[in-house]
Amino acid sequence: MGVTGNPTSINQGTRTKGGIGESTLRPDGILKVTGEFAYSSDMWHEDMLWGHTLRSTFAHAEIVSIDTSEALATSGVYAVLTYDDLPSTVKNYGLEIQDTPVLAHGKVRHHGEPVALVAADHPETARRAAAKIRIDYRELPVITDEASATAPDAILVHEGRSDHHAGHVPHPNIVHRQPIVRGDADAAAARADVVVSGEYVFGMQDQAFLGPESGLAVPAEDGGVDLYVATQWLHSDLRQIAPVLGLPEDKVRMTLAGVGGAFGGREDLSMQIHACLLALRTGKPVKIVYNRFESFFGHVHRHPAKLWYEHGATRDGKLTHMKCRIVLDGGAYASASPAVVGNASSLSVGPYVIDDVDIEAIALYTNNPPCGAMRGFGAVQACFAYEAQMDKLAAELGMDPVEFRQLNAMEQGTLLPTGQVVDSPAPVAELLRRVKDMPMPPERQWEVAGEQADVRALPGGLSNTTHGEGVVRGVGYAVGLKNVGFSEGFDDYSTARVRMEAVAGEPVVTVHTAMAEVGQGGVTVHAQIARTELGVSQVTIHPADTRVGSAGSTSASRQTYVTGGAVKHSCEAVREKVLEMGRRKFGTFHPAWATAELLLEGGKVVTDGGEVLADLADVLEDEAVDIELEWRHRPTEAFDLRTGQGNGHVQYSFAAHRAVVEVDTELGLVKVVELACAQDVGKALNPLSVVGQIQGGTIQGLGIAVMEEIVVDPRTAKVRNPSFTDYLLPTILDTPAIPVDVLELADDHAPYGLRGVGEAPTLSSTPAVLAAIRNATGLELNRTPVRPEHLTGT
Amino acid sequence: MRVNFTVNGRRYEADDVWEGESLLYVLRERMGLPGSKNACEQGECGSCTVRLDGVPVCSCLVAAGQVEGREVVTVEGLADFAAHRAEQHPGSGCAPGACGTALDQARRWQADPAGEEARETGELSPIQQAFIDAGAVQCGFCTPGLLVAADELLERNPEPSDADIREALSGNLCRCTGYEKILDAVRLAAARAEETV
Repeated sequence: MGVTGNPTSINQGTRTKGGIGESTLRPDGILKVTGEFAYSSDMWHEDMLWGHTLRSTFAHAEIVSIDTSEALATSGVYAVLTYDDLPSTVKNYGLEIQDTPVLAHGKVRHHGEPVALVAADHPETARRAAAKIRIDYRELPVITDEASATAPDAILVHEGRSDHHAGHVPHPNIVHRQPIVRGDADAAAARADVVVSGEYVFGMQDQAFLGPESGLAVPAEDGGVDLYVATQWLHSDLRQIAPVLGLPEDKVRMTLAGVGGAFGGREDLSMQIHACLLALRTGKPVKIVYNRFESFFGHVHRHPAKLWYEHGATRDGKLTHMKCRIVLDGGAYASASPAVVGNASSLSVGPYVIDDVDIEAIALYTNNPPCGAMRGFGAVQACFAYEAQMDKLAAELGMDPVEFRQLNAMEQGTLLPTGQVVDSPAPVAELLRRVKDMPMPPERQWEVAGEQADVRALPGGLSNTTHGEGVVRGVGYAVGLKNVGFSEGFDDYSTARVRMEAVAGEPVVTVHTAMAEVGQGGVTVHAQIARTELGVSQVTIHPADTRVGSAGSTSASRQTYVTGGAVKHSCEAVREKVLEMGRRKFGTFHPAWATAELLLEGGKVVTDGGEVLADLADVLEDEAVDIELEWRHRPTEAFDLRTGQGNGHVQYSFAAHRAVVEVDTELGLVKVVELACAQDVGKALNPLSVVGQIQGGTIQGLGIAVMEEIVVDPRTAKVRNPSFTDYLLPTILDTPAIPVDVLELADDHAPYGLRGVGEAPTLSSTPAVLAAIRNATGLELNRTPVRPEHLTGT
Repeated sequence: MRVNFTVNGRRYEADDVWEGESLLYVLRERMGLPGSKNACEQGECGSCTVRLDGVPVCSCLVAAGQVEGREVVTVEGLADFAAHRAEQHPGSGCAPGACGTALDQARRWQADPAGEEARETGELSPIQQAFIDAGAVQCGFCTPGLLVAADELLERNPEPSDADIREALSGNLCRCTGYEKILDAVRLAAARAEETV
């Protein structure tokens, strides 16, 4: 089945309106602006019940007893479930390591772990009944950092590990360890004229997608269940859900409900199994909707990290070596930690040429909240640290920070520390040049002729804390390196089913994939690809469900590349079939059918000279062409567990930022004035959506630079700010202008030459803002997010 | 308890409402109007913004009982609401503040059922169309609240500066767009309104 991705190019139908390269509008746009688009929390069913999850109030504790009798006796309650009610021998799930209990058994390992479930006829009834469940906990000491995790007498977060990483980690509280060694860093260090080192701290960021975890499970007559849910990967969910329910996969039918953002936070399961369990137990449809408080406990976060870096350079500004150690806090369950370790280590060098490196990355098991996927996935933390190092080196050498970066910038042909050659354009120096050359925003923008200062343009904003006194401007630059697609030998395929038929004398195309549209605009792009490849204007996107093969995850900037590639591949097969039908029916009437290069355009079969041979409707008549195929990009390899060598990545993505900030040095308040970005996207299939991705990713990077952080109490491992009142997200007032310069240098290995877009801007945005704040204040600032006290020293 | 109020020009009656239910819950779960969104239910994100007697409010923070006898406009009724306003104030060329946030005007507004049927389905208000055209919609979960808030801004200030737009929409969180295209959309709607004067 399927093929390995061959280099492909546009070979047909580029003249069709609404094809690739145009900023066609979202097919779901009208529904989304009228309020009719059905998100997962909007699902409704007659006679449905509401599910509620009771979560642990401690981060680490034994469960001595659970008493559900009072909850069960509550009027309006239909079911109360604990571990003892699980129907299958399989009671755990997980993306890579099945270490996560569906409901806690004997022990809870993090604050907010699910312990019991309630189904009732009103959400408040379910909440109140859950509050009547009596749990007797015996508290255990908490493991919260590397020292407590690897101490000789440390309690093991998971006893008796047997997963595939257990054998090579130095301690059972380390999920995975990936060293990368290339050249001889110690010998190279002897050549360095300057050496700089630093310890960096990266806070825990939340995806904070706005649509809360939610969905509806409907029990079916065949003993199975139909599940409508917001997720990033339907088939990955299915693979984890079915065994726990004790059902074969074909009895768990999943349909993607409207997804209100994801950013990595929906890679892991949340309410999926819980809703199915309650529906199967009660025989009634069950809806679960988290509120925002619960959402903070209902999904994994971005790994907080500690990073130690050492770089050396010669007096003329060439990097000699790099040593680094990256410690990621994976929290209580593995989630995507192993893959995050792989990314953090293999991308720890950044977009620079350094031949001699000594790298180590690990992820810990602790009793902190579980961490996993979030936009940028391991590369974000590393970029924050290595870009701070680049500025330190440039300062040490008395060089311009941009010129220093350009002097050491990776380019096509560069060998990465993993031994992999970068075999497509890598315009790192050019992206830096572009952001540097953009016009600077005017000074003192808050000054309005003849009026008082417009405080909205100042640090502190409407709090009216300054009219310009104590305000200092700074400028900072950063550039990052992100992989695209799933790495390390993963079979990262997608499936697309494409159907062409004639309806009322017009050819129409239906594209059916299981791709999770989470807002990124994949549905727009699929229709554009179908128009380009099949020359048909009317394209319908079938709802995503598990009746078609897997589309892989909406993660790793991969969907336009991989599912887009699958749609293109299936369209090509449909085109061949249609041309074959045409030859059979009309071949004898015109010699061009046999000799010319034929295209599908404007609903017709035409020669490359533009001569019309037939209407597609006449070729098809009442026959539909319907083809489902898998498509793969070129394979990758695992990294060697000792040396980190291996062709582990599919493609790279690069973005550069210039940040301009104004800092009120008296109060420690920061106003980001502008965040300019230049990014190479290979080919912008939909320029409007591409710019939207870059701007959105840029602002998520701004958030972790100056405001966003989940604060975990180091004594109790409890989350202290699970709300939008206390976890601050950038508002439109916190957000600067974001000019974007899009570069399109084709990657010949990818469909249409495109490059994954979504994540790269989230990497470089944060260190650019930090660099600008350092530039304004002269402070070292080795931690993100920067808080006012870090700037005022109070 | 029973609650009677008007939503998008239609009178509704909700029975067996638990007194702790919010206006948002009643709209979404009892009236079949899930357009107003439930992103935080804490009054922080603005995704549930509706007009209550003309005033933009977070419907998650309004107890359902408080709405008895009052008028609510949700995103589902925004197109009709804007169309009615355009009839009352053609060209929207009125001075800031004179364009219809007044309570009595909001109270007088009623969708005409006959008129509604005659209107083409899928017709959008200018701000809805501008959000689509400018690429201001990604996941769309913040969109309904932003549309109600932006429509109210343009009603009272037809030519807002960028700083005005940012201030007016600062109670509405968006996690996808970085807000640039939302600014573009409001600028676009304002510019189009000016063109039609």
